[in-house]
Amino acid sequence: MNLVKNLKNGIIKENPIFVQLLGMCPTLAVTTSALNGLGMGLATTTVLIGSNIVIASLRKLIPNKIRIPVFIVVIATFVTLIDMFMHAYALELYKSLGLFIPLIVVNCLILGRAESYASKNSVVPSIFDAVGMGIGFTIALTVLGMVRELLGSGSLFGATIFGGSFEPALIMILPPGAFLALGFLIGLVNFISKKRTA
Amino acid sequence: MNFMSIFIGAVLVNNYVLVKFLGICPFLGVSKKVETALGMGVAVTFVMTLASIMTYLVQVTILDNFGVQYLQTIAFILIIASLVQFVEMFLKKSSPSLYEALGVYLPLITTNCAVLGLAILNIQNEFLLLETIVNALGAAVGFTLAIVLFAGIRERLELADVPESLKGFPIALITAGLMSIAFLGFSSLSI
Repeated sequence: MNLVKNLKNGIIKENPIFVQLLGMCPTLAVTTSALNGLGMGLATTTVLIGSNIVIASLRKLIPNKIRIPVFIVVIATFVTLIDMFMHAYALELYKSLGLFIPLIVVNCLILGRAESYASKNSVVPSIFDAVGMGIGFTIALTVLGMVRELLGSGSLFGATIFGGSFEPALIMILPPGAFLALGFLIGLVNFISKKRTA
Repeated sequence: MNFMSIFIGAVLVNNYVLVKFLGICPFLGVSKKVETALGMGVAVTFVMTLASIMTYLVQVTILDNFGVQYLQTIAFILIIASLVQFVEMFLKKSSPSLYEALGVYLPLITTNCAVLGLAILNIQNEFLLLETIVNALGAAVGFTLAIVLFAGIRERLELADVPESLKGFPIALITAGLMSIAFLGFSSLSI
């Protein structure tokens, strides 16, 4: 039961993007299309699961004083792995995400979960925590990518949705569109959650 | 490459925060007051410049030399983390007043993706040492400019009448979006 709670926690109650506002840089930068958002979300989830497993299993061996550097090295190792993996098997995605793949290292979401969850809990709950947070992150990125792609280029996952008469709002796939779309999305989430509690 | 064009490019045309989306966390997190924003800007400038020089030297002398470029991410983040720690200890001893002023912002810089992003971009653009330094200074000035301007707007925003569900972060993001539109104007600068 508790494990399911862990999962739901990350997806809804403590959604990393809409509620905790962690990991903003990749969120804003790569969500020019739904596919990019999905790819970034999955890559981050993989790193998060790997780092949570290693940190949870080593938590009794890591001296408290140097825990942050140790966490960073563990995370960086997984990021390097995913970087090479994507370079080999998903070249298109690798090119469009570019700089933001190595920058998964400094995604505060991953270090945050290592510090606040994996370093205090055993392996299995930590995996569920990572999966929940990862799915929450991926959903948020994909939704943001879908909104921006739909408004900015009139398509969804690369397939044209609106006909020729639709004039795409180019601004949505340019940098300002990321800020605007995320601002209004978080506003909408706030609005809905207030309605539900009221 | 002309130094001036690298500098202006990093400050305005490719502003690290508003155009490249690097360093968004501190940009949103420590921009409630102009004073603290300025403190963060100074700390970031300091670390960015030093980190760029260090990572450049490590890349050239160790990673390229031994053909282990795939260790770049791990090596760079360790350099940045230890550099931040070192700067913190150094300031504590030599200039307690500056240390007090920067306070909690120093350790936070480790996870500022602008620092790591800048280090990687310097290598990707195949900059030499002097160009690296100029680019780092430009990026840091651009960061400081963006965060101080943003903090100025947010101070005013506190008093504004904002719809209930947009209060706090959402309206801050929308403000940043409008600033970003303004910075897009610089992209037509031909330098």
